Amino acid sequence: MLRFIIKRLLVALLTLAAVDVITFGLFFAVPSSPAAVMCSKDCNQEKLDRVNHALGLDKPKLTQFVEFNKGLVLGRDIVYGDKTDRCPAPCLGYSFRTSEAVTKIMARGLPVTVSIVLGAFVLWIFFGVGLGVYSALHRGQFGDKVSISIALIGASMPVYFFALILLGVFVFGLGLMDYPHFVPISVNPLQWAKGLILPWLALTFVQAAGYARYSRAQMLETLSEDYIRTARAIGLPNRTVHLKHALRAAITPVITLAGLDLGVFLGGVAITETIFGMHGIGWQSVNAVFDLNLPVVMATVLIAAFFVVVSNALVDVLYAFVDPRVRLS
Amino acid sequence: MTTQTSSAEPYLKVNDLRVRFKTEDGVVKAVDGVSFSVSRGRTLGIVGESGSGKSVTSLTVMGLHNPGRTEITGEILVGGRNVVGMLDEDVRKLRGNDVAMIFQDPLSALHPFYKIGKQIVGAYMVHHPGASKATAKKRAIEMLDRVGIPEPMRRFDQFPHEFSGGMRQRAMIAMALVNDPKLLIADEPTTALDVTVQAQILDLLNDLQKEFNSAIIMITHDLGVISQIADEVLVMYAGRVAEHGSVEQIMREPQHPYTWGLLESIPSLHGDPTADLKPIRGNPPSLINVPSGCAFHPRCPYRMMNPGPCDVEVPQLLRVREAGHQVSCHIPEERRRTIYRDEVSEVGVAQ
Repeated sequence: MLRFIIKRLLVALLTLAAVDVITFGLFFAVPSSPAAVMCSKDCNQEKLDRVNHALGLDKPKLTQFVEFNKGLVLGRDIVYGDKTDRCPAPCLGYSFRTSEAVTKIMARGLPVTVSIVLGAFVLWIFFGVGLGVYSALHRGQFGDKVSISIALIGASMPVYFFALILLGVFVFGLGLMDYPHFVPISVNPLQWAKGLILPWLALTFVQAAGYARYSRAQMLETLSEDYIRTARAIGLPNRTVHLKHALRAAITPVITLAGLDLGVFLGGVAITETIFGMHGIGWQSVNAVFDLNLPVVMATVLIAAFFVVVSNALVDVLYAFVDPRVRLS
Repeated sequence: MTTQTSSAEPYLKVNDLRVRFKTEDGVVKAVDGVSFSVSRGRTLGIVGESGSGKSVTSLTVMGLHNPGRTEITGEILVGGRNVVGMLDEDVRKLRGNDVAMIFQDPLSALHPFYKIGKQIVGAYMVHHPGASKATAKKRAIEMLDRVGIPEPMRRFDQFPHEFSGGMRQRAMIAMALVNDPKLLIADEPTTALDVTVQAQILDLLNDLQKEFNSAIIMITHDLGVISQIADEVLVMYAGRVAEHGSVEQIMREPQHPYTWGLLESIPSLHGDPTADLKPIRGNPPSLINVPSGCAFHPRCPYRMMNPGPCDVEVPQLLRVREAGHQVSCHIPEERRRTIYRDEVSEVGVAQ
């Protein structure tokens, strides 16, 4: 177990390092200049050089890379013009755009994304798996057909389309709600939930559809297993057979999928955030790319990679707990 | 015969059982008019190829078919109570308590995520709702020990995948017998095991039968298994009974061409090792379009047709000279005896 965790940790670090190198390399592989984006209209070479110097972009690429990563681990001093700022670890640098510490920007975006994703995650697992299990147990009946149809609509609908429908109906059409905006849960939990209802609904509908189909298929497969026949043969009531024996086995692959999805989504849900005007990690990363804001791009990519790597490792550990046949080694 | 050796009524009596499944392609006549009975302490072997209706018969006795898609007529009397038409809840109480079942592949038949002990405890608790956890555990360990699993205390806390094939089947048997069932249905319990383990399991079943005085239905396609364990044999073909008799009658004086085919197709230890095996030609029939007349006629080397009744009329299951031996075949009895003596008895294990 301990060996497994150490091994996973090393692999995770290696993955993050690779993402670090690749993102950095990609950014400079693109023939574009961050300085030119920031430079005002009457731009000339002298100004460009000044901006480049201020951003530290005039140093050799390798030096920049080493400095960035040194900051990440140890913190670093950033010379900005004639000022020197101490940027403590994990230092992600300063935004090219606003000169704000990137850690601060991320600290602003992260709660938004986490709020949207965690809330939606709970809802989509509950409704998706619930619907799937219900369908499987009522296979071929009316309820099953209705659920499959709903799931099909959800699965074939892009999130931006459904999100716009939600906005169109509830905010602009019926006027039942205000345009969503984010209130931190620590400030007012009720307002927090109210502001997040629409993004939650949008993500839930689209995601739950996939989960319903997947868990229905898993459940049907499990119900045809020999051990389910055994459970019936020893005289267990249907409830126990379905909800204990069948669900227990059917849910295991769903857990894997859920863990991996959660990791991906926590890295930012750019479309949902943008449509509902929520300034989370996803929204920040899109903007940073447009602005060629290297430190923010690096930060959002690393955070996204971090979530994916962590969720992968967690899923592996979790799987060993759920399925006794799996050994961690 | 059963009725002569045991004074009591047979524990299980099946009368004219018919099971049909409605499918998209048509109605599957899985079991078509089957009758038999088993007394406590006796073993009935049901033999036949895949799709002969032997497993469907046993699952019907257990009440394990989806009532929505299955049409069941006839009578299944378990201890005098008719399972056909019984409320689901009442059949459930019978299952695992009065009638228990063990299956072919013990790896897939045990839940992979639950410990062996927990599964046996579950089987006990469901029929003893008042029992304490400790009692159930004690009983489960006792059963594991009884079926010959070494270190039952330790094994109690292991998962099915930590057991070997033979041990798993023993655990399965322990689970089936935990409630002292009066009837045990074993659906090909040795097919997935290697031959030495097969013999151990059959011995175990024999011992347990003596101890618990239960009736056993042994479903198999393996006549070797039948000859070791059965008192009586039912040979099924296409959902009907081809031949029914004591194990001596079926093994020594079989009278149905299908039984001959089964016996001939088994290689003998004493025969010519270079001789080709003699299979039954053709394939088992579709149960949606069962051949007219005798369902076996398209594959029967002795069929009587044009003129002959074999493809026209379904043969009745009729008694032959010996008591308790019944055969459904149009060929006259004397001729069957001659064919068997002259042509069949030298081939394969038919000796």
